[in-house]
Amino acid sequence: MRKNKRRLDAAMKNSLLFAALASILIVMLIGVFTFREALPAFRDIGLEKLLTESVWRPGEGQYGILAMIAGSGLVTAGAVILGVPLALGCAIFLSEIAHPNLRALVKPCVELLAGIPSVVYGLFGMVIIVPIVRGIDMPGNTGFGLFSASIVLAVMILPTITSVAEHAIRSVPKEFREGSLALGATKWETIQKVVIPGARSGIISAIVLGLGRALGETIAMIMVIGNSVIIPAASTGNPLSIFLSRARTLTGNIAVEINYATGLHESALFATGVILFVLIMIVNSSAKYLMSHGNTGKNR
Amino acid sequence: MIIRKLKQNFAFTAMWLSCGFTVLILLIVVGYVIIKGFAHINMDFFLTPPRGGLSGEGGISSTIIATVYLVITTLVFATPLGVGAGIFLVEYADNFRSRFVQKLVVIARFGVETLAGVPSIIFGLFGYALFVTTLHFGFSILSAALAGTCLVIPVIIRTTEEALKAVPDSYREASLAMGAGKWETIWKVVLPSAITGISTGIVLSAGRIVSETAIFYVTLGGSYRTPTSLMSSGRTMALHVYYLAMETRAFDKALATGAVLIVLIIILNLVINTVSRWLST
Repeated sequence: MRKNKRRLDAAMKNSLLFAALASILIVMLIGVFTFREALPAFRDIGLEKLLTESVWRPGEGQYGILAMIAGSGLVTAGAVILGVPLALGCAIFLSEIAHPNLRALVKPCVELLAGIPSVVYGLFGMVIIVPIVRGIDMPGNTGFGLFSASIVLAVMILPTITSVAEHAIRSVPKEFREGSLALGATKWETIQKVVIPGARSGIISAIVLGLGRALGETIAMIMVIGNSVIIPAASTGNPLSIFLSRARTLTGNIAVEINYATGLHESALFATGVILFVLIMIVNSSAKYLMSHGNTGKNR
Repeated sequence: MIIRKLKQNFAFTAMWLSCGFTVLILLIVVGYVIIKGFAHINMDFFLTPPRGGLSGEGGISSTIIATVYLVITTLVFATPLGVGAGIFLVEYADNFRSRFVQKLVVIARFGVETLAGVPSIIFGLFGYALFVTTLHFGFSILSAALAGTCLVIPVIIRTTEEALKAVPDSYREASLAMGAGKWETIWKVVLPSAITGISTGIVLSAGRIVSETAIFYVTLGGSYRTPTSLMSSGRTMALHVYYLAMETRAFDKALATGAVLIVLIIILNLVINTVSRWLST
């Protein structure tokens, strides 16, 4: 009886260890496999050519992903510009201003916004936002493009940034606020000069996390960005018209072409994946670094 | 003082507005899709399969079956692995004396975190390369479920870890003091009190699979026929929305399917919220 028990303990311990190791195995498999498939592209095309050439014509052996990098970069920038002020306003409101009852009502809404499938955002973008953007009178404007994609993406990263930033703001100790209020500062001055600086690193990492989500979004982007492989350029003298240009993201490039690609073309798509993976790893680890090493209110 | 007060009023109004605007966005997106979508929903919509072709005629019956099929298959793979890894990390990881195992544990934690941040199309790319082509599973429920497993494992591990950490140590000590073995303690004492938390993670994962599109776009194949085995190709509801919008332009049917998806997600969210509220009281 006793012996059986001990044997069961050891068996369970080992099988649980195996389950934990499976997560290492998966990461390694993903890394090894993606990189192995990308190797021919890195060898035959070269990293430099991949990153700096702007022409992507797999039929003619031209594989430059600069246009996709520009597309991903611009649409992410657009989403951050549109989404961050809204998200931070929302985060400050929820943590500092809102009555607990109102907060209990709004918080699930923000969570639901995060739960809506990206394909539904894409559909909404196609049906509502693209026709509105098409109304802007500019040459070559089809409605599909960076501007529509930025709007859709801004909504998609809003809940991520809001909830992480709100958490950071709430973890600023109460004494900070009380001290500031006791010195005669108004509530807004307290928020502006004490609370926000105290939560600065958490807020920045919230934005960086949102950026990571934006870079990784695929389906919604395919649906509204137009998917043309061109480096976005302004169509008129107004530099903002660059956002009416069609574009393609790194993620979209993979999803649209992988199922029929073969040979070097397929390998170039895996190389796109590797570059995206490295980009996101850099973004996410800088967010993590900021969270653990930044001067949040608590450990100052 | 008046100016400072004015500044405050101005700033607070801006915060109020940004929050109101966020809620408004939610209401517009959800409201529009549900109202427009429900206009095209009737019993036939649920009971007939899509007829294919460019018109986008037919219902969504086969896509509902494919979605359920895929969710169940994914959870069958992901739940034992994820829950097992979670139990190991909380209950066993710190008791190992061997340096080697300790290092492995550190790497495993890092691995889970990395997985959680990887964009889903990378899982799709990986799943396509390994399961669809190299292992010759083809475009199938099996390939898609294995790729989906990579997506949800970090979710399940994290929620399991949190649920286990919330169980007071005194429970474990009492059980061990009464002569129960380590595993007996976990099985009969720790797991029963953590089970609601763990199931939250599993429901959350089901939601992720239901709403994920990119991974399945490159691993599931997109056939609108009813899947009959693990090796058959298929099309989840989310994928159906994509195909309808991009290939047929049957936006009314796409909105109707999207509305069904949103209602499903709202229900899953309600389940999770109720469970966690029940947990905290």
